[in-house]
Amino acid sequence: MNRRIHAVFNREDQILAATRDCRERGYEIIDVFTPYPVHGLDQAMGLKPSLLPLACFGLGIFGAAAMLYFQIWASAVDWPANIGGKPLNSLPAFIPVTFETAILMAGLGIIFVLFTRTGLHPFRKPAITDPRITDDHFLLAIRQTDAELHPRLAEEMLREHGAIEITEVPTEEGP
Amino acid sequence: MSTHEVYSTLREPLVDGNLTPADVTRDVCAPMDGKPSGLWWVGFLIAVSLLGLGVASVAYLMAKGIGVWGLNRTVGWGFDITNFVFWVGIGHAGTLISAVLFLFRQRWRTAVNRSAEAMTIFAVMCAGLFPLIHMGRPWLAYFVFPYPNTRGPLWINFRSALCWDVFAISTYFLISLGFWYIGLVPDLATLRDRAQGLKQKLFRFFSLGWDGGFRTWHRYETVYLLLAGLATPLVFSVHTIVSMDFATSVIPGWHTTIFPPYFVSGAIFSGLAMVLTLMLIARKTMHLENYITERHVGAMCKLIIATGGIVAAAYATEFFIAWYSGNEYERFVFINRAFGPYAWAYWTMVTCNVLTPQLFWFSKIRRNFLIVWVLSILINVGMWFERFVIIVTSLHRDFLPSSWSYYVPTKIEIATFAGSFGLFFTLFFLFCRFLPVLAMAEVKGVLGYGRSRGGGDS
Repeated sequence: MNRRIHAVFNREDQILAATRDCRERGYEIIDVFTPYPVHGLDQAMGLKPSLLPLACFGLGIFGAAAMLYFQIWASAVDWPANIGGKPLNSLPAFIPVTFETAILMAGLGIIFVLFTRTGLHPFRKPAITDPRITDDHFLLAIRQTDAELHPRLAEEMLREHGAIEITEVPTEEGP
Repeated sequence: MSTHEVYSTLREPLVDGNLTPADVTRDVCAPMDGKPSGLWWVGFLIAVSLLGLGVASVAYLMAKGIGVWGLNRTVGWGFDITNFVFWVGIGHAGTLISAVLFLFRQRWRTAVNRSAEAMTIFAVMCAGLFPLIHMGRPWLAYFVFPYPNTRGPLWINFRSALCWDVFAISTYFLISLGFWYIGLVPDLATLRDRAQGLKQKLFRFFSLGWDGGFRTWHRYETVYLLLAGLATPLVFSVHTIVSMDFATSVIPGWHTTIFPPYFVSGAIFSGLAMVLTLMLIARKTMHLENYITERHVGAMCKLIIATGGIVAAAYATEFFIAWYSGNEYERFVFINRAFGPYAWAYWTMVTCNVLTPQLFWFSKIRRNFLIVWVLSILINVGMWFERFVIIVTSLHRDFLPSSWSYYVPTKIEIATFAGSFGLFFTLFFLFCRFLPVLAMAEVKGVLGYGRSRGGGDS
């Protein structure tokens, strides 16, 4: 049978220790819900570094290349105009706009990628609707995947780490 | 992002008063929960009146044309471009605090970054207004963008510094807005969970279903760092490009290579002064004494000394190079700047920008917030005059003495400038009323509460 356990903590060091312990025991951590980014929780949960910087770099390069191409095309190919006797392809003069567009593409693009990857959008339903989580409490959600997670043992361990509230959730509910 | 952050007991806590995360939520949300105070209404109504004055004067300008301004054949840029550069500069300190200090791991920034970023966005809006109305036919403003049109298509001239400006300012506005909004999302979720009715619906929409899941936080923090990394070169490029509006011309006094670093440091200098002006008011009126402490004000005063020093060095360098270049036009412009018809503006600038920040060397002055506030206003005045001096004194003595003239702003120009302050403060008052002025999620992270080796927790 599949079970989920939600444990609520009110201290940062407790959630860190409990998460680390759960991972060492091989429990599957669904997610940890925190009011602020707790430093070290990524290691405790075993999260890999995100690949978003690569996406950001790619978007920036794309923005720069596209804008540079467009400027050369517009100034030297589509409608060549002699402006103050300057060469039609005045590459150095095209650098500022190329740079700005690279930043614009990388910045707005990565925000868009973030929303897509995390599924954040205006009509999303929060996975946990506990007002304490966005205030000052921490919630650890673990899932029983095999016989290894014995509910009573797990509960005991979480209590030892200082959980102030433990609830078992049937698996159909929640995320 | 190390697991083992060690807090020195010798280091002052970032937030006073041994607060818990719940205290932060309560303190920051308190001004939004009740009815606005009388003080808020007074400030807001003054700001809205000024905004109304600005709208009226711009409407008059639209109806009559640029002739209602005091510009003439010789001085083609006056209040409009001075105000544009002034407002862009104000914005830069917001980005410095939110992005540059973030990259340098200056954690004290958490208490001031939200309102400094808001200041950036509102200041850039005010800045963008001036070139727009200066165009004379602002309803054709979209001509500045390269869009496929029925005139050829005729593309814009990408070799022009003014075209670079369009891209720089619009990118700056959009990136600042994105950065600000990303920072707001977790706090909007906190507000959503506290609010009821229509407010809750709005916050639910804008908080994007945020639930504080750490898998989301993990990516969110990566993106926040990336945006800070993008905004840092951006802020330097924006004012560099603004300075190129002048530096790429052939006007003595403008045509100098020192302009980009000179403008950037001046911008950050003026912006920090504006942050102090606003922050000290917000601290007092919104009871944020525990969050914005002597440490924050002191750090900003020290940054003002540093950037003010760079600005003073730039003034001296300009004069030295004007003499050392042996170019008689260059020499004339600078001697004329200091001793000519606009000497009063020049010496106002020097007094406010070079002498005023020196008072911040004294810790007694840094701790007296009333004096700090007055000095920050003097720096704002000085930095406005810096742009005025650069623009008007370089133009008013043309190459032909028969074209020499003197520029005096008309009432309409002054009213428009006052109107831009009205716009800025109207938006700022609305922001203080409806959004959290402190980045709650970030402040909670630096409290030291709930950490066994935490600095503030005992």
